[in-house]
Amino acid sequence: MSKQEWPLYEVFIRSHSGLSHRHAGSVHAADDEMALSNARDTYTRRSEGVSIWVVRSDQIIASDPAETAAFFEPAEDKIYRHPTFYEIPDEVENL
Amino acid sequence: MYTQGLDQSGKGDPGARGEETAAQLDVFQARIDAEEKIEAKDWMPEAYRRTLIRQISQHAHSEIIGMQPEGNWLTRAPTLKRKAILLAKVQDEAGHGLYLYSAAETLGVSRDEMVGDLLSGKAKYSSIFNYPTLTWADIGAIGWLVDGAAIMNQIPLCRCSYGPYSRAMVRVCKEESFHQRQGYELMLTLCRGTAEQKAMAQDALNRFWWPALMMFGPNDASSSHSAQSMAWKIKRFSNDELRQKFIDVTVPQAEFLGLTVPDDKLTFNKESGHYEHSDIDWQEFFDVIAGNGPCNKQRMAKRRKAQDDGAWVREAARAHAEKKAARSAAA
Repeated sequence: MSKQEWPLYEVFIRSHSGLSHRHAGSVHAADDEMALSNARDTYTRRSEGVSIWVVRSDQIIASDPAETAAFFEPAEDKIYRHPTFYEIPDEVENL
Repeated sequence: MYTQGLDQSGKGDPGARGEETAAQLDVFQARIDAEEKIEAKDWMPEAYRRTLIRQISQHAHSEIIGMQPEGNWLTRAPTLKRKAILLAKVQDEAGHGLYLYSAAETLGVSRDEMVGDLLSGKAKYSSIFNYPTLTWADIGAIGWLVDGAAIMNQIPLCRCSYGPYSRAMVRVCKEESFHQRQGYELMLTLCRGTAEQKAMAQDALNRFWWPALMMFGPNDASSSHSAQSMAWKIKRFSNDELRQKFIDVTVPQAEFLGLTVPDDKLTFNKESGHYEHSDIDWQEFFDVIAGNGPCNKQRMAKRRKAQDDGAWVREAARAHAEKKAARSAAA
């Protein structure tokens, strides 16, 4: 057993240019460079990507699932932000 | 590729931390019933977490140990093409192990802890990998039968209620189809070859048929924790249902090869539309799980040796990373 585990990195992959990077999973690596090559070997063995991002898992700042309702509450009552809020007569076209 | 639903001893005393209220459990079950996915940081019952850690890590260990029977033939594959295919397959198994460890880690268990449990013998892995690969045909039988059984098990896991596990399984299943097809094609090539080659294929089927059926785990009647896993939608079908499905699709494949399934009671029931088969020798299954299969000791010894032999590499890489970081900080 290693005395200390290598740090954990989260892996994000862009599958084609034109698409955004998407979370694929994680890898352990001693450093950033190794994280990239481990991510390549683990998650793109069948050409699943054209670009990889890796980031130390302990560097990610995430919202708290227990606070989800309160955290996203400000958007809940603002239905006027959606196009369906506005009633437009049927005769008006292209709107 | 391989979860088995053995070792379902997750008594998992719910509320071990004394914090779980009936209301919390109800909200959780309602989410599951509504087919919502549970994500890593969401609240979940302690028993759910522990069941998943046990199942996912056991699945990961199976992938890692599963490299050994096939790795046994890497240097002896009959052609360069077969060797390249087998290398790719063994590498996939390592990859599957890593996807799964990564999914299990989201539940708050460390990679080292899981590996430690495997090496100490505390954690189990699928019984199938304790059988030897005696001939080249065994590589075909493993791809066809073992990966075939694994696919039956794993397709439903793609819909498992735990998000990180289900996503890992989607990835695994995409790759698994290559494994099964290369195995069947290997068998087909042998069966269309000389009488000796065909006999080798038949021998491999004879030895792997029953162990492959055991991969689905104990009969439903003796699989005590299945019900809870079903309620939590970790499991979608029972062991026996999956086993029957596997038999129903595999017997015609054996017939196409011109091979005989080693079960003289195997008959097709026209009314039910299913094959009926002899009883499984569960004593053999429990013996293998208990560590007394043909290769248990060899598999574990090899895994421990790999872990020990690699220790200096892991430490050197870490020391190198620290040195580099110190240098760039100083510059």
